[in-house]
Amino acid sequence: MVAASLSTPPVAAARSGWTTALLAAAPGATGADALAATRRRAAEALQAIPLPSRRDEAWRFTDVSALTALSPSLLEASAAEMPAAADGSLRLVLDGQGDPLEGLALPEGIEPISGEALEELLGQVLTATGSDQLWPVLLNGAIASRVLALRVSGTIAPTLELVSETGTAAGVLPLRLLLVLEPEASVEVLQVHRSAGANLTSVVLEARLGEGATLRHGLLAPGHDAGCLLATLAVEQATGSTFRSVSAHGGWALGRLEPRLVQREGAALSGLKALQLADGRQISDTHSQMVFAGPDGRLEQLHKAVADGQGRSVFNGAVQVPRAAQRTDAAQLSRNLLLSDRARIDTKPELEIVADDVRCAHGATVSRLQLDELFYLQSRGIAADQAARLLLRGFCEEVLQELPAAARPWQPLASLLGEGRP
Amino acid sequence: MIRPDAPVLLEIRDLQARVEDQPILKGVSLTIRAGEIHAVMGRNGSGKSTLSKVLAGHPAYTVTGGSVHYRGEDLLALEPEQRARLGLFLGFQYPVEIPGVSNLEFLRVATNARRSGKGEEELDTFAFEDLVKERLQVVQMDPAFLERSVNEGFSGGEKKRNEILQMALLDPLVAVLDETDSGLDIDALRIVAGGVNHLAGPDNATLLITHYQRLLDVITPDYVHVMAAGRILRTGGKELALELEERGYDWVDAELAATERAPAEVV
Repeated sequence: MVAASLSTPPVAAARSGWTTALLAAAPGATGADALAATRRRAAEALQAIPLPSRRDEAWRFTDVSALTALSPSLLEASAAEMPAAADGSLRLVLDGQGDPLEGLALPEGIEPISGEALEELLGQVLTATGSDQLWPVLLNGAIASRVLALRVSGTIAPTLELVSETGTAAGVLPLRLLLVLEPEASVEVLQVHRSAGANLTSVVLEARLGEGATLRHGLLAPGHDAGCLLATLAVEQATGSTFRSVSAHGGWALGRLEPRLVQREGAALSGLKALQLADGRQISDTHSQMVFAGPDGRLEQLHKAVADGQGRSVFNGAVQVPRAAQRTDAAQLSRNLLLSDRARIDTKPELEIVADDVRCAHGATVSRLQLDELFYLQSRGIAADQAARLLLRGFCEEVLQELPAAARPWQPLASLLGEGRP
Repeated sequence: MIRPDAPVLLEIRDLQARVEDQPILKGVSLTIRAGEIHAVMGRNGSGKSTLSKVLAGHPAYTVTGGSVHYRGEDLLALEPEQRARLGLFLGFQYPVEIPGVSNLEFLRVATNARRSGKGEEELDTFAFEDLVKERLQVVQMDPAFLERSVNEGFSGGEKKRNEILQMALLDPLVAVLDETDSGLDIDALRIVAGGVNHLAGPDNATLLITHYQRLLDVITPDYVHVMAAGRILRTGGKELALELEERGYDWVDAELAATERAPAEVV
């Protein structure tokens, strides 16, 4: 007992040492920018809590040691090669330092938010979705000194493509995004986050959808064996609004996506379609949370995962249906493909239903490649290994096909499977 | 078409097989020459479908005795994909749905695998599309089915047409069609049977596995074999199928009981 209590403090100190070092490298609370106050609050909160560990329910299966192995410094912007943007895509490159809007003409209906409006709006959706105290959000808040904040009204034709590429540089890239959709506004947004080395991409997106607004959202994040991704997606929906997200991440030492949605008064449509892959010793994690704060809301959620090698996939899908959320219609399906004996998949639906007049379906499957499917392909002359590859691609494509068209130049499947990369 | 001097394509000798610990095939012998159409009939559980799966190399079935030679080569020593490349085709009773894999891509990869087995060049995307559009007519299939995932959401009839389309593309020497008629309405049956008739020629052979006479009304077999308890009990011409239709399978049971009572006589 005594030995244990004596040995604990140095370990904790060593862990928070990473945070302390990172905070020392950050601009701190002294800047005059719009995020200075946020940084101060987040830094205080961050230092008061230990790093996430397996003792925390939300991190039970997700080891963060890959994260603390990274350099606790801010990433220097690096010029990286990117494919040409697809037709109909407006690409904004985020490097955490320069102004992504510089030299760009925004289409009519999109305008930057700044000054008092920004101060008032920033963090609202994080609070509304209960995300403001999440460790990845605090980390981001404590070091980010720039925010891309846009207000959307009307129907926007081009896809907004928000891109970061950390390349092989060391350190942490914090990205903070805010989208406000006015009533009846409609826009498509694609996030692309790539890495080719030992660095962390920390991204927090807040989106607020007015009545009848539509946000089609995509996130494509092909990572690197030594790289980490912490992505939070906080969305607040008014009645009649539609939020549909299609995400795909994989190839990261630690990749974690946290979509957190709230239908403020219910009567909205939320769609979450996701694919995550883990190979080698990678960890791919999604913790989603859907809160219906009013009646007549709908959720369509499909989460697919592939684990190979000694990879580890984690999915936790929380759905909260309080008494006020009568006639909620929620469906959640988790489908998992286990390709090796040493890979591991943890999947857990977490439904809290208080209302009595609701339809909440959920299901989870974990399987290997289906023998009958393999045999069918083989009986057509396709060799076993090629057949297995076709089936894996098919499993992934069911989600990837739904990504915004702007994702195509990034070759989603090839990049996630690590093909064509040195 | 029976030609006694036609080359033997498939030679099955005393074939025995089991699934898990259950013996299913208990000594099947059958010789198929080029140009012939054979029908294997029998009740559920008689071993008809097992025979087709063993020929195609399904991993769930274990061959415990006998031999199968395909154009003189030991078929059982080959992987399923090698058998297909050499021209053996199995039309599935229940074609498998494969979500996310486009039918067109699947057909192209399969066609090129077979072409390489014939020593022909692979077709590029454009050449293949020309070929597939031409072959679609054999089964009167809507090109829209090419854009969908393999068999996903296809009706029973559409799945069977997709099987015959694959047969038309893969140009097999021996086609084994497992209950291709099951679950088809009259129109679909006519289209599917029309496709099979169209593809049957003097250089290839067809083995139809079926329950009912109605398929044999539209495809005329040269030989009809009646299977029971894992063996071929009797072989005859197309009139044997009509006899079965008329008399039912009860006489098969009687004959089977007789053979099992007196094994010494059979040997």
